[in-house]
This record gives sequence, C-alpha cells and structure tokens, in this order.
Amino acid sequence: MTALLEIDDVKKSFGGLRALDGATFSVEEGSIAALIGPNGSGKTTLFNVMTGYAQVDSGDIRFRGRSITSAGPDRVFALGIGRTFQLTRIFARMTVLENMLVATQRHEGWLRSVFRAAGSPSERERAFELLEFVGIAGLSSLPAGNLSYGQRKLLELAYVLVADPEVILLDEPAGGVNPSLINHIIDRIREVNRAGKTLIVVEHDMQFVMDLCERVTVLDQGRVLTTGSPDEVRSNPAVLDAYLGGDDEEEDDEVGAAVLET
Amino acid sequence: MIPSRTALGVLGGLVALAILVGFPLAFSNPTTTTIAFFVLIFMIATTAWNAFSGLSGYIALGHAVFFGSGAYALAIGAEKLHLSGGWSVFALVPVSGVVAGVIAVPFGLVALRTRRHTFVVITIAIFFIFQLLAFNLGITGGSSGLQTPTPLWTAVGYNQRFYYVAAAILVLTVAMACGIRYSRFGLQLLAIRDDEDRARGLGVRTRRVKLLAFVASAIPTGMAGGVYAYFLGQIFPQFAFDPLFDISIALMAFFGGLGTLTGPLLGALVLESLQQEFTLNFSAGSLYLIVYGALFLVVILLLPRGVVPTLSSLAPRVREQIRRRAEVPPPPDQARDVA
Amino acid sequence: MGSAYAKAVVDGILTGGVYALMAAGLTLIFGVMDIINIAQGIMVILGAYLSYSLSVHFGMDLFATLIITIPALFVVGVAVEWFFMRRLADRDRTAMSILVTYAVAILIEGGITQVYGVSYLQLHASYVDTSVHIFGFYLPYIYLYGFALAIVLLGALYAVLYLTRFGQSLRAALQDRRAAELIGIDVDRVRTITFGIGIAVTAAGGMVFGATNSFNPNSGYDLISRLLTIVILGGLGSIGGALVAALFMLVLEDVVAVAWSPVWSTLVFFAVLVVVLTVRPEGLFGRAATRAQ
Repeated sequence: MTALLEIDDVKKSFGGLRALDGATFSVEEGSIAALIGPNGSGKTTLFNVMTGYAQVDSGDIRFRGRSITSAGPDRVFALGIGRTFQLTRIFARMTVLENMLVATQRHEGWLRSVFRAAGSPSERERAFELLEFVGIAGLSSLPAGNLSYGQRKLLELAYVLVADPEVILLDEPAGGVNPSLINHIIDRIREVNRAGKTLIVVEHDMQFVMDLCERVTVLDQGRVLTTGSPDEVRSNPAVLDAYLGGDDEEEDDEVGAAVLET
Repeated sequence: MIPSRTALGVLGGLVALAILVGFPLAFSNPTTTTIAFFVLIFMIATTAWNAFSGLSGYIALGHAVFFGSGAYALAIGAEKLHLSGGWSVFALVPVSGVVAGVIAVPFGLVALRTRRHTFVVITIAIFFIFQLLAFNLGITGGSSGLQTPTPLWTAVGYNQRFYYVAAAILVLTVAMACGIRYSRFGLQLLAIRDDEDRARGLGVRTRRVKLLAFVASAIPTGMAGGVYAYFLGQIFPQFAFDPLFDISIALMAFFGGLGTLTGPLLGALVLESLQQEFTLNFSAGSLYLIVYGALFLVVILLLPRGVVPTLSSLAPRVREQIRRRAEVPPPPDQARDVA
Repeated sequence: MGSAYAKAVVDGILTGGVYALMAAGLTLIFGVMDIINIAQGIMVILGAYLSYSLSVHFGMDLFATLIITIPALFVVGVAVEWFFMRRLADRDRTAMSILVTYAVAILIEGGITQVYGVSYLQLHASYVDTSVHIFGFYLPYIYLYGFALAIVLLGALYAVLYLTRFGQSLRAALQDRRAAELIGIDVDRVRTITFGIGIAVTAAGGMVFGATNSFNPNSGYDLISRLLTIVILGGLGSIGGALVAALFMLVLEDVVAVAWSPVWSTLVFFAVLVVVLTVRPEGLFGRAATRAQ
C-alpha cells in the first residue's frame, strides 16, 4: 500500500549550505507523524519544499502516488495539503474573521469574487465554527495583529482547517505557547485527527511529541536518521548523539535521556 | 444613543451627494467652480489609485500614464472624428477610460511580476517611456501638444457642465471603489497587502487579482484625463504626463488615509484646493514643489496612517469620554471644593 | 562613419566611468540600508549647481570646487538620513523609502529652482572647452579628466571598503545586518555614514556631468532613471555590477544615438530597465533578493 505522502531522496542547498541531503520517509494516511531533530537539521526546509514555498534541487515528493515536487504553494493547497508556519503568518491588518474568510475561497472562480460579498452566510458560519473549535471565537472582530502569540497559533490552526485539507503540516504548533494552552492544542489536534486528517508535526517540545504522535522521524543534517515509535526513538543512542553532537558517551546518555524526558 | 457606523456612513454619503450636486448652483463664480472641477478630477484619480495601491500595498507611481493616455485619446479622437465643441465630445470620455484600461493590461502584466519596491521603480520607468513617446511621436503633436474642441458655452455654464460630468464620473468611481473594498475581491487584495505569499498559499490567485485591480484603477483615471483635456482645450506632453501628478495623488491618498474610502476624497479636497489657491495667489514657480515635497515628508513620517484612520481611532476614545461624562456628572459644589 | 561609432564607444566608456561612481553610491545605499534613493539624481544636479556657483562667483577651478562640494554633500546626506530615513519603519521599508526620497528630491528641485531659476547652465573651464585630437575625432579634455577622477574615487571607495575597519563593518552590514549587530557593530552609525558617502560621490559626478552637459533643475529625472537602470542591471548592492552595467549602458546609449537618433537613445535606458526587471527582477549580478520587502 502506498503511503499518503512520500518524500524520496530530497536534496536542497542554499548557497553552500546543505539544508536537505537525501531525506527519505513516508507518512501513512490517518496517522499523526512527528518530525524532530536538532536545530538546523532541515525540518522547516522540508516543510517548505513539501508545500511549494521552496523548490528541491533533486529528489521527489509524492502525494497519493502523484508527484508534487514542482508544485507551487497554491497548487499544493488546492490538492488538499495545508500548513501552518512556525513564525505565525497572519494578515495582521485584517480582522480575525476576515483572515478566516480569505481562506474560504478555494473553489471560487477568481472573476466572480469581484461580485461576491466578502463572506456569504454559510462561509461566515463555517468560519465561526472553526474559530469556536480552536477557542478564539470571541476575538473575531479584532485586528489579527492584536492577538497574543498563543492566540495567533490558534488562528493559524483555524484557518488551515477552513479549506478542509486531507493533510496538515504543523510547524511548531506549541512553540512559544503558554504551557496551559498546550494541552488545549494537543486536544484540538487529536480531534482533527479523529475526523480523519493526516497530520505531520514538527516540534521541539518532546513531551508534546511523545504524547501526541504515533510515529516519529528524526532528521539530522538534512538526512533521516531513523523512524519509529516514540519509545523506540527515545532510547536510540544515535538520536541522543545527534542532539548533543556526540563527545563523551556516558554523560551524553544521561543528559540526552534527560533532554528527551522533558 | 449613538447611531451605528453604517447608518452614519449612509447619512454622510447622502449629505456629501447633496453638497456635490448643489455646490455649483450655490457658488457659481467661475473661479470657484474651476477649482472645484480640478478638485473633482483629483478625487477621481486618487480614489481610483487608492483602490489599487491602497488595498494591495503596491505603490504605483505611473498612473499619469493612464491620465495622459486618456487625455490624448480624447484629443486625437475629437480630431479624427472632426467633432466641434459641445456635448458630443463628452461621448469620447468613456473611450478615454477604455484606452487607459487597455494600456493597463500589458503595463500591469510587465510591472506586476516584480516585488513591491522594484514595482515602484518600474512604474516610474514606464511613465517616462510614455512621456518620451508623447514628446516625440507625430500623432501626439510632439512638444506643441494637441488641442481639443472649444464648446461655445458661457463661462458659468461651461464650468457647470464640466463640473457635473466630473461629478458623475466621481460617483461611479466611488461606487466602484466601495464595491471592490467590501467584496471578496477586496479581501483578497488586503490579504495580498499583508502577506502575499501566504495569500497565495491559501489559494488566492494573486497575479490575476492584482492585474484586475490595476486595470480597474486605470479606467477612471483615463476618463479623468479625457475630461481634463477637453476642459483645458489644449494638452502638452509635460502636463498630460507629469511626474507631479503621480506624486500628488499618492500624497493625497496617504494624507487622507491609504486604503480607506473617504481618505482619498479628503486628501484631494484639502490638497488640491490648497494647490489651486497657491497658484492663484503666488506665481506658480517652484514654491509649490518645495511645499509638496515638504508636505509629503511630513505626512509619511508623522501621519503614516493618514488623517481618516487617525481620526477614526480617536472616535472610540471620544465615545468613551461621552459615555463617562453622561454617567457620572460631578455635583457642582464638590467641584468647587477640590481646588 | 566608423569614427562616429568609435567616438560613441569612447564617449560611452568615459562617461560610463563617471556614472559608475554615482551609481556606486546608489547601490551601496541600497545594499546597506534597503533604501532606494530616488534623490540621487537631483543630488548630482545639486553638486553641479554648487560647483557652478563656486566657479563663477569665486573663480575656483572646477576640480578645486570638489574640495568643498564633496564634504558639503556628505553633510547633506547625513542630514537627510538622520532626519528622514531613520524614521522609516521596517515594514515596507524599501517601497516607503522610494516615496520619501522622491519627496526629498522634489523638495531639493524646488529649492534649486528658487535659487537658480530654470534656464540651462553649463560648467566651463579651459579643459572643458578645448579638446584633444585622437582616433580621428575631437574629445574634450574634461572627459578624460572626469574619467580619471571617477577611477580615483572608485579606487578610494574600494580602499575604504576593503582596507579600513569602517569598510569592514560596512561590508558586514551589507552581508547580514542582524549578524553585524550581534557582533557589536554600530549599524546605525554605519548606515548614516554610508548614506553620506553615497551622496558625497554625487558631488564629483555632478561636477563632471555639469561640465559635459547643459543642465537645469529638471535634469534630475533623466539622471535618476539612468542610475536606477544601471544599479538594477548591475544588481542592487553590487558595486562591481554597477561598474560593468554603467559602462555597458552608456556605450549602448551613445551607439544608439549615432545609429538611430539622440532622442530615442534616452528611451533605451527605460526600455532596458523594464525588460531586465521583467525577466530577472534581481538584476544580473545582484544577490537574489530573498529579503522580505
């Protein structure tokens, strides 16, 4: 059975820097997969090439068996792959509701949009539904730029859901968020998965990853180090090495275990 | 009880419309109506410009291309059709608009491929290309320019007719701008302004949206140019294609409030009246260059959001004050004791 | 006929050198500050007018006027940066800088017109009015001297950039502003001085321009469009690119003037600018602008 999403020997360099050096892994439909790795291992770059914000130098990316390697962000979006951004990218000067409405017009003919009101009643309803789902419905008429960081993360989650994508790539959904909010986010993500969506999560927060994800892929220096269940990965010495740079073995094991415990 | 914003808006609109229609009847002095005419021309151009640049964030400094093309289109058209002065020439005004719109397509296709800052530069470059062409092509009469037919109307009647034609175009332009702003199309433009790549990633067809807005903004500008040319009776390349025109409408839009609906109208009203008064009372000279430059700097650096947004963000505060005063009026004798 | 083309090429190279100097200032300003200085053109004209006043009213030799005009324009540059450019927010910085510098340019144009009026002027000196006879045509000495001046100043610029500590800071800020700040470089000071230098070179360019062309306050528009073409062609931020582009464009323009007509030769600049921007928005040598504007 082909996996839903396949990344095949992808390479990408920026100038002299090898961000991705032959990364290969796959994601099964309906799963929640995690992508972890030390800083600079290429996680966000991988997301960028998967969603068309950057182009690979070589390698292939397949969605349901069809190659999407050269697709731009709009095509990737149209195919049903959504993503959030690590540093939230929202439309700061528009209200929260307007932000949501921008995302609702995936299937619109572009010329018709001139004669359409900003949001039809059903679209507004759906937007509010999603805002309630993530928990920020009360902020709908505020300019999005006024939201706190955590609230922005929730907004990002809401509008990646608007277009009802099949696959959602979450880039550090818990990054910089108030600990009390993190459980809420984990909960919402589980809920989304229960609705049948496939999720790929990039995260630094190990507890988050261990709690939430079924399969963990570890990236190091642009290459996949290993893939496995959270427990398998946690106890893999190579993974500890990757995070710590591997000098003194014993100390590394203790410290590394501590790092992965947090 | 403070009325809702929409109610206020509609009321304001009706009042403005009444003033617009009644003005030349109340003030029929030709000098005044001439100034009013020019104000209307700039209101049209600024509103149209703002509908594109204000909403998308792409600052175009080449709209004089549309203004000048519209002007020349009318002049050339009147000549080829052997029109003599009168109402018939006004029929060419929509043609001016169409010509400008047609020019906007290749212009936009070329210019909108670039990033925001190179976009500005490319609009400037294309503007100068057009100015050069106007100076050197035969059909445009070169540096001696072209003439437009002279209608045989009285001074008062002349101005009134032109005023109402311009007013009609203004109403249409404002309606267009309003329609764009409150439609899904407007939302897409605003999204492009705030984060174009993200908008694209969410499915907005950014290139088409930008091009459509660009062309839409060109049409009223072209019509304004046509009416302007007919009013003056004569056009020269350096005035039909005047870099100061571009700076002026940008300044007016910034002054009033980029991206708002009333901002361009306010900006054109204030700044164009000022400029006209200026040229009447002082010899035109170079003084107004200095004033424009200085004014632009002041507006951009000190009032970056423009007058209308600054005022409307004060409005909630003012309402708060009113509410507070209404709730707790201080007893008269206590106020006297607290020295 | 052949000698007309030969003259065009030589003219182009010699004036190209001078344009390269002025464009270097413009490209440096962009590279360090993300600012497109539309006022660069009118600054050149300002330099020309200053040299004019000094030479006519004080009888100074044109090259001697540079002793005053170069520092004067440096100060003007610093003042403009300090009063206006500093206040630009980071958002949409480059696009806003175009508006602000356009406004400054208009302001200066107005000021110049007030003082000098609109009639055309030209700088005169013995070496402007006399020519040397080479390759079968006559070449005013000023072209050669001007070119030499440009080379000397460009050389000085390179020396500053690569041999001084300030130059090091400047190049660091050029490469990566954030990293430069982290190392402790006073980026604000670097910016101000860079802007000053960028304007100061226009003084030299202005003197030579004024001696080889008749000019009036309106001449700024033509100039800035050429400088912009050169800078964008050569790549925003690249001085070497500006040099190559300047030589190329000036030779091209002069050849077109001979082959076709002088009127359309100006069109060449704008047309090339539009074509290049359409095909390769980042110029031919420039760093692919990965910065968000």
